[in-house]
Amino acid sequence: MSDPKIEGFELKPGFKGMAKDTGSDQTMFKGVHWGKAMMWIFLLSDTFIFSCFLISYMKGRGSTLIDWPNPSEVFGLHVGGVDVPLLLIAIMTFVLITSSGTMALAVKYGYEKNRKMCGWLILATAIGGLTFVGMQAFEWSKLISEGVRPWENPFGAPQFGSFFFMITGFHGTHVTFGVIFLFIYAYKTFKGHYDEGKRGWFTTMKGDYVEIEILGLYWHFVDLVWVFIFAFFYLW
Amino acid sequence: MSDDYENKTGYQAQSSETISSGGSGRSGTASDIDYVRPAENAEQDLYHGHSFITKWVFCQDAKVIGVQYFLLATFTGVIGLILSWLMRLQLGFPGAAGFMTAEHYYQFVTMHGMIMVVYFLTALFLGGFGNYLIPLMVGARDMVFPYLNMVSFWMFFIAVGVLLASFFVPGGPTGAGWTLYPPQTILEGTPGSGWGILLMCISLILFVAGFTMGGLNYLITILQARTRGMTLMRMPLTVWGIFTATVLAMLAFPALLVGALMMTLDKVLATSFFMPTILKAGEVLEYGGGSPILFQHLFWFFGHPEVYIVALPAFGIVSDLISVHSRKNIFGYRMMVWAIVVIGALSFFVWAHHMYVSGMNPWFGFFFATTTLIIAIPTAMKVYNWILTLWRGNIRLNVVMLWCLGFIVTFVNGGITGIFLGNVTVDVPLSDTYFVVAHFHMVMGIAPLMVIMGAVYHWFPLVSGRFLNETLGKWHFWITFLGAYSIYFPMHYLGFIGVPRRYFEMYDSPYVTSAVGMNEFISMAAFIVGAAQFILIYNIIKTLKTGKPAGHNPWQANSLEWLTPSVPPEHGNWGEKLPVVHRWPYDFSVPGAKEDFITQTTPPSEVIETEVEKT
Repeated sequence: MSDPKIEGFELKPGFKGMAKDTGSDQTMFKGVHWGKAMMWIFLLSDTFIFSCFLISYMKGRGSTLIDWPNPSEVFGLHVGGVDVPLLLIAIMTFVLITSSGTMALAVKYGYEKNRKMCGWLILATAIGGLTFVGMQAFEWSKLISEGVRPWENPFGAPQFGSFFFMITGFHGTHVTFGVIFLFIYAYKTFKGHYDEGKRGWFTTMKGDYVEIEILGLYWHFVDLVWVFIFAFFYLW
Repeated sequence: MSDDYENKTGYQAQSSETISSGGSGRSGTASDIDYVRPAENAEQDLYHGHSFITKWVFCQDAKVIGVQYFLLATFTGVIGLILSWLMRLQLGFPGAAGFMTAEHYYQFVTMHGMIMVVYFLTALFLGGFGNYLIPLMVGARDMVFPYLNMVSFWMFFIAVGVLLASFFVPGGPTGAGWTLYPPQTILEGTPGSGWGILLMCISLILFVAGFTMGGLNYLITILQARTRGMTLMRMPLTVWGIFTATVLAMLAFPALLVGALMMTLDKVLATSFFMPTILKAGEVLEYGGGSPILFQHLFWFFGHPEVYIVALPAFGIVSDLISVHSRKNIFGYRMMVWAIVVIGALSFFVWAHHMYVSGMNPWFGFFFATTTLIIAIPTAMKVYNWILTLWRGNIRLNVVMLWCLGFIVTFVNGGITGIFLGNVTVDVPLSDTYFVVAHFHMVMGIAPLMVIMGAVYHWFPLVSGRFLNETLGKWHFWITFLGAYSIYFPMHYLGFIGVPRRYFEMYDSPYVTSAVGMNEFISMAAFIVGAAQFILIYNIIKTLKTGKPAGHNPWQANSLEWLTPSVPPEHGNWGEKLPVVHRWPYDFSVPGAKEDFITQTTPPSEVIETEVEKT
């Protein structure tokens, strides 16, 4: 994206420019769509939620009396006679990160007003997300079938189950909501709502391709959070 | 920035000098010095309601939503007030209320605390005043996301419904104290450990979700939807207070959400996030391995910023009220802004001063005592600035001003006891006594409440177009002010002699003899102060129809909310054209000016012979 043009106001790069924008009237983030600014601030708030979850997890893991189970064994898969540690989770992470790539492309084609490509890429992102949720459901059912529950865990500390189901569940809920919105946005893109500036279903705001970028911000955030969950839960 | 533009703004930037003799070397014509950049934002499309439901119930107008928040928060506040009456009845006259058992007492304590802090004060300041005042004060037509704003209120409505429903479930509401400390919160034997705590957690989660929607609106409206000429440093301090408080809320409520969610799982799924191994009657419970201290950290990471979520809007509002009613610019505006921001930032580094006796590492206590006492610096700065604003001002000693003065005195009182409690060595013996109760009621109960009252008397003419009755207002003020001190001053003494808080009854302890008379006195004062609040409700109902019409700008204020084409303002606020702002809102008693106030929309060319401040 190129810098926006603001009448009577010259945008300057760097820290000085930032200070000047902050000191100016009307808007602090020049040329930034209201919805986009909102999403950034929402994500900041959401970051605090996930931080609280992960810090609680560290504290919980540090204060249990029973040993924490070894994640490479618990999350390992038995494929073709060999035990492969973290196989499923590696695939899940790969799929989710790839979907971030398709999302970024969708945003690019959106700004180029390439309705078809944009729509298909959003759809691809949605399918990536759906695959991720599906694999997570598989992982959950595998662990449940092995006897892991939120309140107990045959491999070690019961808090393992509690934190695992709570944090991945909360993240999975985020992904699920993202997928729902991706499908809605794909529909709206194919219908051309963003080309003709059709108003939203509940709001008086006119449709614009910037909405895809806003959803993209959310989607990238969910991926980024997953990287942290992956690091803290599966690699530690 | 082009040179041309620099010159034009440079023209206004003549600090306290007569502009006509300004040094830019250009003879300013009116059009030149009045220049304000063209609008960046497109005109906002608003959904105008047509039916009763879309106009007054599911309404997207921030002003109506503000009033809705105000009314619902006041309703919950009255419930909190009645609960406090019942508690005082038991404490002052044990056994006078026949139905009152220890369980009921704990439930009332808990619900009183939670209602007053979260569902009354937070909702009133941010939901009520925030919604009504932000768009008007920054010159926007409405909040930036009106639909989301509406949903925010109805989430709050459901949250209140769920909270109040807990009075009617088996076991009643939770009685664990408003801090909800595990493990006792969810163990049998604590009142409301079944349904009560569950509904409390759900209600809190809903409140946080609803608040997030509102908070995003407040922030983006302030950051991205100000009118032409409205810079951040030209905003009234009310907006600064609400803005910073909203930032705090957006970052602090997540901790509460996570704590409530984990508590819910502990209750429903028998996880052990917060539950250590517990022996009960010789049997080991199914819980084990969790950390109760973790909940305390999560709770107070929310809980301490929450104090400032309530206090900062109060600081902001009271600054504006004092400035308008003493006809002087607020002393040290920039200092006031930075003090608000610094207090907000520091409030995230002090939470464990609520946990000195929780058994955490003593070095933590040292650290948190230091950060806590540092907060006294920006806070004291604000108090000095309020006093210096009053100094040599043309003070109108009306009801609004009385509430403001009451606030300053009360806040200083509560702040000084805060220095006692902020130090670990002094806090340890005072911890869990009535001294703590007296401290936090003074500083975050009575003080912000006084600001709310002042703000109601100040802005009622804007909301309704009529003045509230001054005589009733003065009765209301004096009874509340003297009564509040009758309640809380003796409580400090009770704390010093060691009377513990949250005790249903003192039985035959030696406290009884020395504290009985005082407890009776406190209770009598509490009944009178509580009853006095109904004077305000009567006043509002009466003057809504018969009060003296206020007309435009009745207080001769400068800020934008008084400059709407119609009073009360209509949906869209500004009629045809948005206002253009040329100055800060504190140009009172400017030497050389025709009147003793210059509104924010007055262009420089009209005040060319005066010594206006550079803003």
